[in-house]
Amino acid sequence: MSLSEQQVQQIITRSHETGDYSALVELIPYARMIGMQVTRLGNEAFFTLPRQDINIGNPVLPALHGGVIAGFMEQSAMLHLMMFMNSEVFPKIIDFSVDYLRAGLYRDTYATCQVWRQGRRVGNVAITAWQTHSSEPIATARAHFKLD
Amino acid sequence: MSEIELRARNFLSVLRHCQHLQMTVERADEDGLVLRLPYSDQIVGNPVTGVIHGGAITTLMDTCCGISTVCYLPEFEICPTLDLRIDYMHPAEPGKPIFGFAECYRVTPTVIFTRGIAYQDDREQPIAHVVGTFMRMGKAVDPADLGKRIDQGDA
Repeated sequence: MSLSEQQVQQIITRSHETGDYSALVELIPYARMIGMQVTRLGNEAFFTLPRQDINIGNPVLPALHGGVIAGFMEQSAMLHLMMFMNSEVFPKIIDFSVDYLRAGLYRDTYATCQVWRQGRRVGNVAITAWQTHSSEPIATARAHFKLD
Repeated sequence: MSEIELRARNFLSVLRHCQHLQMTVERADEDGLVLRLPYSDQIVGNPVTGVIHGGAITTLMDTCCGISTVCYLPEFEICPTLDLRIDYMHPAEPGKPIFGFAECYRVTPTVIFTRGIAYQDDREQPIAHVVGTFMRMGKAVDPADLGKRIDQGDA
């Protein structure tokens, strides 16, 4: 199932040209498995994780698995960096730290990112995830990525 | 099978996403917990190299740190994650399972501090270091009686 570097680069380049990153998300098996989507609105990007049965952790509440919420936030940060750096390659994760603020219920989840610092070699991104309103996040996170 | 291992297995068996990823308990005792995450195409993060996505490793380690609480608590308690930090030492090698080890290094009446590593062939060469803090909510009281299912093994 592995793709050549050229095939991937073509899709990345086309995504940058059209501003439609759905083909890029489709390319990443993990992003496809959790079912995440991306929307670019001008110079902003919104990430969506539609509710999906296999993303449930605790079945009693039911609640999304915290690891899925974190994975969604990490992938959102990576795509956000690629989109706004016009990057041709996938940034590599260095570290990731997440604070869980409220239960992630079995609902659609949204995320937005903020790049606080983009150096030549390392980028720092903050991620906010929410379900009902962005002022009531279910989790906040920050990540460092290697850019070269 | 020890009582701790049984409770760890029961706990893991109710977590739907972990079942989807086919995670299993390797070992559970007074010294901590080891979980196994098999390699699969669906958790790949880089389609060129086949390297597993960080999110799958985060899920393994969140689960591992969370379930490691059963190694230290006399009976099941719901312990939601307060925070989790992962430092990636190097990428996982494609095609091989990943193991997660976690232990609780401080248990207080309100919070539990856990730490762990993710590794493949050699525990001395971890893929990632992890620390996680969990909240103690007291004995589980819920309609489906999750605590009973986990402690008494009919999960």
